Amino acid sequence: MSSTALAPAISPSTVAVPRRARRGPGFALVAPSVAVLLVWMIVPLVLTLWFSLQRYNLIDPTQHGFAGIDNYTYLVTDPDFWASLINTLVLVGSVLVITVGLGTLLAVLFDQDFPGKSVARLLAISPFFVMPTVAALIWKNLLMHPIYGVFGGVARSVGLAPIDWFAQFPMASVIAIVSWEWLPFAILILLTAVQSLDHEQREAARMDGAGPIASFVFITLPHLRRAIGVVIMIETIYLLTVFAEIFVTTSGGPGNATTNLAFLIYARALLQYDVGGASAGGVIAIILANIVALFLVRSVARRLVV
Amino acid sequence: MRASMAQRVIIAVLGWAVGLLLFFPIAWMLLTSFKTEGAAITPSPVFGPTLASYAEVFARADYLRFALNSVIISLGGTLLALALAIPAAYSMAFHPSPRTRGTLLWMLSTKMLPPVGVLVPIYLIFRSLGLLDTRSGLLIIYALMNLPIVVWMLFTFYKDVPHEILEAGRMDGATTWGEMVYLLMPLTLPGVASTGLLSLILCWNEAFWSLNLTSSSAAPLTAFIASFSSPEGLFFAKLSAASTMAVAPILVFGWLSQRQLVRGLTFGAVK
Amino acid sequence: MAAQRHLFLCLAATGLIGACCAAVSAKADTTLTIATVNNGDMVVMQKLSSQFEQQHPDIHLRWVVLEENVLRQRVTTDIATGAGQFDVTTVGNYEVPIWAKQGWLMPFDNLPSSYDVDDLLAPVRKGLTYNGKLYGLPFYAESAMTYYRTDLFQKAGIKMPAAPTYQQIREYADKITDKSNQIYGMCLRGKPGWGENMAYVTSLVNAFGGQWFGTGWKTTINTPPWHKAIGYYDGILKADGPPGATSNGFNENLALFGSGHCGMWIDATVAGGLLFNKSQSSVADKVGFAPMPTAADPNAPTWLWSWNLAIPTSSKQKAAATQFVTWATSKDYIGLVAKANGWVSVPPGTRQSTYSNPAYQQVAPFANFVLNAINVSHIDGPTANPRPYTGAQFVAIPEFQGIGTQVGQTVAGTLTGQTTLDQALASAQSATARTMHQAGYPKQ
Repeated sequence: MSSTALAPAISPSTVAVPRRARRGPGFALVAPSVAVLLVWMIVPLVLTLWFSLQRYNLIDPTQHGFAGIDNYTYLVTDPDFWASLINTLVLVGSVLVITVGLGTLLAVLFDQDFPGKSVARLLAISPFFVMPTVAALIWKNLLMHPIYGVFGGVARSVGLAPIDWFAQFPMASVIAIVSWEWLPFAILILLTAVQSLDHEQREAARMDGAGPIASFVFITLPHLRRAIGVVIMIETIYLLTVFAEIFVTTSGGPGNATTNLAFLIYARALLQYDVGGASAGGVIAIILANIVALFLVRSVARRLVV
Repeated sequence: MRASMAQRVIIAVLGWAVGLLLFFPIAWMLLTSFKTEGAAITPSPVFGPTLASYAEVFARADYLRFALNSVIISLGGTLLALALAIPAAYSMAFHPSPRTRGTLLWMLSTKMLPPVGVLVPIYLIFRSLGLLDTRSGLLIIYALMNLPIVVWMLFTFYKDVPHEILEAGRMDGATTWGEMVYLLMPLTLPGVASTGLLSLILCWNEAFWSLNLTSSSAAPLTAFIASFSSPEGLFFAKLSAASTMAVAPILVFGWLSQRQLVRGLTFGAVK
Repeated sequence: MAAQRHLFLCLAATGLIGACCAAVSAKADTTLTIATVNNGDMVVMQKLSSQFEQQHPDIHLRWVVLEENVLRQRVTTDIATGAGQFDVTTVGNYEVPIWAKQGWLMPFDNLPSSYDVDDLLAPVRKGLTYNGKLYGLPFYAESAMTYYRTDLFQKAGIKMPAAPTYQQIREYADKITDKSNQIYGMCLRGKPGWGENMAYVTSLVNAFGGQWFGTGWKTTINTPPWHKAIGYYDGILKADGPPGATSNGFNENLALFGSGHCGMWIDATVAGGLLFNKSQSSVADKVGFAPMPTAADPNAPTWLWSWNLAIPTSSKQKAAATQFVTWATSKDYIGLVAKANGWVSVPPGTRQSTYSNPAYQQVAPFANFVLNAINVSHIDGPTANPRPYTGAQFVAIPEFQGIGTQVGQTVAGTLTGQTTLDQALASAQSATARTMHQAGYPKQ
């Protein structure tokens, strides 16, 4: 029985259920979690839906009454709305590609034996422990600032003009920061998967004459498919609502270059305490997230299931 | 490993380069925490070190209280999530029903609601329940926030456990509870531990609910950081000091437990 | 069984004693929860508040210190839902009239004569008054002025006039810019935000004869004065401004000026004390001060911001809170700060007595500039055309936070060349008009 890594079972269970399995405990054990989650989700969800259909502003009592879908149309017809959707998807997609791609390669690297590898591994994992706000502040002011940041200093010392990252490449800069934060997570999960790869299989492949690249592509990668699926699913959930990094660095600008859906909701609704608008934005975000999840499950995850 | 000497050198260099590169911003932050405010905004690595920023940070805020709150809330939230999730994941992995997949997906989708959209309803609920500015209120929220992820990750770890072992246990007359505690737990401890670690880190760094639902009693380290960021005036040395102190506990804990995890994380090595 | 009964009696006794103690202490002691921003002056207030606790042993203070944006959201959510988590809150003069209108703040009706409420500077006090009542007590106030490097001006042979115009400023900036040596003639706020770049841009627009809204709340962004103002702003920053301008807010520019990279800087007067501080600024002995430049409308509203202490009506300890608030904004408190940290660190901009004090004048050469700037800030004054709103560098309506941030993003886009000036103003106009319409303006 070869070892397997994490296996997101998206399809109906493929494990053979023994004839004499008791079905009794199933419901009783799941019930508390589900019930708790139900209450936790239903109540705010219902309230959010309710508020989204109202005109309700915390500091402007002249706005009241039933709004119908007015809050929704207001948000959807915002000139920055579609740009924010595209930015959200670009941000999520880019960070996924970077973290999963680099993460796989680095996981294989850190699986190798070299002196001090545990220390090097720990260093590589550390960005995940830093608060996003702090990470963004450090990157923006101490590293990327063209005048008093480290990158600017290094550029000047070799005679180059420092790059104004957040003006010239705002989205790329934000993507870089978020990728730095999430790469350790990908490395960690993928590393544990790589380490569970059966060494015998690898030895056998090598003896058959497979070079390192072929071994990587035909043995390691398939084995990592399920771990990659886990990383993608979890990261997507968090990346869809990236907010702190954008708020600290670019405030959604210049223009709407780095405005994603979460920031748009903040800037249009929450800043003015428009609870109705913010709730409508929340519902739209859920719809977007479910569409993305559906797409992921259909295309990526399906191929990850054995 | 029969890699050549050159290969081994390259691998070592690469491994260290990556580690150092990824760690560099944190190292720079650590460096900055020992600078004066004036020196903190220059890119120079050479400076006269001082502990003034740490002194000021300690003098201004009660670090220990914030740290204790963070520890209690993160640990409590993680334990509560695990307590709810383990039975659920067990049931879904070993007694699946046609509804299992739907339930899993539904659980994940509950995480899609952005917190900004739901701030006011939750605030109102907490106000009526008297949970504002309490540690228990915050750890309940955290447990619920992380529950879908914890259930899901445990579920995938449990799917790896070969059925034969549990079958054998069952035939020996083990009850459901016995199965869970005496058979499953030892087998999947690394997986449970890594899930717990993930949940711990997510709770530790969560900066929306922790700022909006607490004021003075239950405020964790994220509020501590927010009291040092972006005032009117230079603040980078102090912020670096404050965030070093905020990151240190979780970083040390993560490093220590990581050693434990990786040593035992060869799951499926059950034959 | 006897042991159990014993145990029960012990527990009951403990409980009873505990309850008595709790009851007794609950009657005597009050705890105030104070929400404040993390600016330097508030940090000093927190340190010195131990003296207040000594004078009032039955009042305990608990502090919630947060960064401005977080604090604003936190406190607004709490006050709007009446949750009562805070007894004293630090608010700006932007919020005070808005919240007072909602009935969220307690008016200060019976201030003792020793408090000398008439000593408060008139424009500051006016900004905190609603329907004739005072709803916030000012902790410190700031206007804006021009900072410049005396050594660079001397080297270029320029003398800063007593009342510079924006045209002159542009000439000077062009003369002293030396990009190869990282000296930038003009540093201005560029980071998007209603309180960041739009604070400066609003006063710039006012100076050029423009305004946000005309009679009937008609949005007046796509107008010639805005064109001239934003054109000026883009022009001077592109020619003489530092790189990274769109990420630079107050703090970043403070860092730039303090480390010697800026030739001139127009921003809040509170920077004066910070630039004078040798531990934070390497140009402490080379800083000159001048009033904010003028343009087409020399009497336009300029800039007035005050951080104030207010008491939410949802607080349950109003009496104790009033005691604290009057203590922290009193003359005695200012004297206390002077004794502890020197006169140069006292909270500026609130009381005439501070400015009449020769000790203060001696250590703060910028003091008179600040006083004058506050006195000509004209927050209620007219813009070139009649306007339905008050506020100098902001518009005193709740929707301004969102509008200001959105327009701020667009203005930042003109700096990086993402949009042209015409496109930007057109989209800012339509976006603002849309928001105002959604919010129900003009209101009946």
